[in-house]
Amino acid sequence: MAPETATVELAFSPLPAHVRTARLIATAVARRGGVEESLLDEVRLAVGEACSRAVEAHRKQCPEEPVRVELRDGGDRFVVVVTDRVPDDDPTRSGGPEPVDLTELNGELNLGFAVIAGLADDVNIASTPSGVEITMSWPVKKD
Amino acid sequence: MDLKVNDYTTDDDLTVINVEGEIDVYTAPKLREKLIDLVNKGKYHLLVDMEKVEFLDSTGLGVLVGGLKRVRAHDGSLELVCTQERILKIFRITGLTKVFGIFDSVDDAREHRQKQK
Repeated sequence: MAPETATVELAFSPLPAHVRTARLIATAVARRGGVEESLLDEVRLAVGEACSRAVEAHRKQCPEEPVRVELRDGGDRFVVVVTDRVPDDDPTRSGGPEPVDLTELNGELNLGFAVIAGLADDVNIASTPSGVEITMSWPVKKD
Repeated sequence: MDLKVNDYTTDDDLTVINVEGEIDVYTAPKLREKLIDLVNKGKYHLLVDMEKVEFLDSTGLGVLVGGLKRVRAHDGSLELVCTQERILKIFRITGLTKVFGIFDSVDDAREHRQKQK
């Protein structure tokens, strides 16, 4: 019998307050999907970083567009995809447009990507014509 | 969850900032404002006690680095109290353990400070 699979999709207005909600939902779905307890902190932090980056990009360029998060469990891995709708937003670029408050908070250190890369077991960052897609995954424990 | 930020200054002119809650993109501005306010008041030796911090992301790290830059401009210092492994891990990943002095307790930090004098 094939494993039960489930996808949870979340779309939220690009407000910093909603990043915490996204973190909590991602952690809950990861736990249900069988991610080891010891990895849940990493899921929570990495999802928060990806969502914070997307919120920052949207607030600068398209504040009316929601940030989208897709959470997939049921396979060998728990997969999280965070998508923004900012086509010209190159996440690996240093500097960038006119700084706003959130940019100033993060400085020029680009620490968010350092944290994501250090925490997620597997990370892929794709810059597409419609925006940036960050895909992260973690192993699911076998019964 | 709200972020609680309180401070007091010891008799050896060290300002201890107690932080409680989650430091993220939503709450970090509150900590940033506190650090700026203290520097504007002439408090250049800061110790951020993170023992009650439940979550810290890169925005919070950015605020701490920003605070460090501000106090260093006045020959000051910004150090941390933190023993929580999940918080320390973020400092290690980003290489910031080499930037901040990190102590097990406020007393340890004060003792270290006395030896430096």
